[in-house]
Amino acid sequence: MFACLHAPGNLPLLLECAHQFSPLVEETSPDTVVLDIDGLEPLWGSTEEIAKALMQRNGVGASVAIAGNPDAAIHAARGIAGVTVIPIGREAGVLAPLPLNLLGGSASPETAETLDLWGIRTFGELAALPPLGVAARLGDEGVHLQRLARGEADRLLRVPGEALIFEEALELDYPLELLEPLSFLLARMLNDLCGKLAARSLATHEIRLRLDLENAAPHTATLRLPVPIRDAKAFLKLLQLELSDRPPGGPVLKVALALEPVKPRVQQHGLFIPVAPEPEKLELTLARIAGIVGAENVGIAERMDSHRPDSFRIQRFVAQRSEKSPAAVLPAETHLAFLALRRLRPSLHAQVLVQDGRPVQISSAPARGRVLACAGPWRTSGEWWLPNAWNRDEWDIALSDGGLYRVYRDRDAARWFIEGYYD
Amino acid sequence: MATSAAALRSHISSTLGLRWDPAFGVDRRPVQESLPTGIQSIDELTGGLPRGGLTEIFGAASTGRTTVMLSLLAQATSREEFCAVIDTTGAFDPESAECAGVRLPQILWIRCGGNAEHALKATDLLVQAGGFGLIVMDLADTPPQQARRISLASWFRLRHAVEKTATALVAIAQNVNAASCSTLQLNLRQTQVLWSGKLLKGLRAEADSRKHYRVRSAAFSAGR
Repeated sequence: MFACLHAPGNLPLLLECAHQFSPLVEETSPDTVVLDIDGLEPLWGSTEEIAKALMQRNGVGASVAIAGNPDAAIHAARGIAGVTVIPIGREAGVLAPLPLNLLGGSASPETAETLDLWGIRTFGELAALPPLGVAARLGDEGVHLQRLARGEADRLLRVPGEALIFEEALELDYPLELLEPLSFLLARMLNDLCGKLAARSLATHEIRLRLDLENAAPHTATLRLPVPIRDAKAFLKLLQLELSDRPPGGPVLKVALALEPVKPRVQQHGLFIPVAPEPEKLELTLARIAGIVGAENVGIAERMDSHRPDSFRIQRFVAQRSEKSPAAVLPAETHLAFLALRRLRPSLHAQVLVQDGRPVQISSAPARGRVLACAGPWRTSGEWWLPNAWNRDEWDIALSDGGLYRVYRDRDAARWFIEGYYD
Repeated sequence: MATSAAALRSHISSTLGLRWDPAFGVDRRPVQESLPTGIQSIDELTGGLPRGGLTEIFGAASTGRTTVMLSLLAQATSREEFCAVIDTTGAFDPESAECAGVRLPQILWIRCGGNAEHALKATDLLVQAGGFGLIVMDLADTPPQQARRISLASWFRLRHAVEKTATALVAIAQNVNAASCSTLQLNLRQTQVLWSGKLLKGLRAEADSRKHYRVRSAAFSAGR
């Protein structure tokens, strides 16, 4: 059920009155507000009693109407002074005597003129017209107007969304120097914020921490998560790892935390889909590993669109199967596998003895011996316009130590290098 | 003593009823699932690498260890599984991996800068995190004396951590390190380098399955 309050020129008072009854309030026009009164019976009594309470509390003599849909309530409030309660199913009868000009902005000037020419003056007259004829002559707009006139047009309230801010700040009585007491504060703040997120059925994919320091610039940290999470313990552990990795440069005077709200992750698991790492656990694990080996050494290898040898970049690892990824096609069992190269990064300088233009002896730390067979040279070069251009002759060589190496001669530097070995 | 223990067990079983019997029974291990390597001869030899177990692939340089590793990764990623490569010396070549059919977005690559201890810690954390179909600890270029510093207790802990999971844990090295902690050991040997005229065509190798005192061999080839 919906209640409408109508009083010209008193919108703030109408809104204040409506919010005393329900949080779902639509600001329909400068003189009209509508509120959802479903579920108010235990507090205010029957529908009639709610209507009376609204009448008493608005304080500006507004007309009050209650109906099964917002538009019927609006039209009744605008057309009938005092209190009107329309039982469900009787909307058409109550609205019938109301003048058609109450439809206001719902009807375009052309349609209003047409109805006027037809001699239609009241809601009841419009409601009585044959629906097929109205649809044929006035289209969708006519059908909608007829439904309004019959009190049948149902819709949801247009409730303005309030800004969702999930931030907390805490000024400290005395500066904190250790991370452990700071962790207690962070845990409390994160619990509160995650509770607020849970109340809104939201999660977050970004945590921003700001620490105001004594005699130093503020320390900020931003954690971006690959998937939305709402786990205060996981957030706390991530912040602890971040702070132990990059501690603040002085005693902390103020702590401010902000979470970026997003819709939670919804994922349908399948019975026959292999398990994947849990995002919360994986984030913590990756943060811990990054703390050991460095964040730049953890991730996915993404090959660059370049002919430069060994060109790749490390991207963030996300254990999420792409819906666009090709369907699982198992590679056929084979007798001939692809011969892999193991790279030496950076390539190692080698002493190479050359006879008749071919390497015959190699001496370096990882490889030393006589060249039993070799294939090459394959000349590659590129990006000559850049300072790190490459220009080399590559060879595949089999050494007397049993190793199968890829070596190259840098033509600009006139030096030999071992790029890696086949394994 | 043994007779009295058996009698006691029988008495307790009969007193408590059949529903308590499993508590006194032998803990039978479930049938192990396996992950095929994608190389026919090795799969026929081993039946695939065991999930929930530790497999050691060892051998000298240019014996096909990395080739087997990439073939395994290709098999696992084509099954939509996520895999991790803990690369002690940073030798993993994304280009080779892609050519071998590995789906790189499903591979977590961790470079440890030559530090075997870091590699062990990272492996431990990943095994505990769970959810990976295949975890490869690549110690292939780590000097044997450094790899041997990883204690048997560490290997046992790793094996125990993956035991009841669907993760296949694979260690690649120059020599055996986990010894009795590994479920399967594959020793690779290069038998021939294949040349086609003046071009390197590939290599031929042999894999020995060494576990339970039975050594069986299979030959395979790797080419380009």
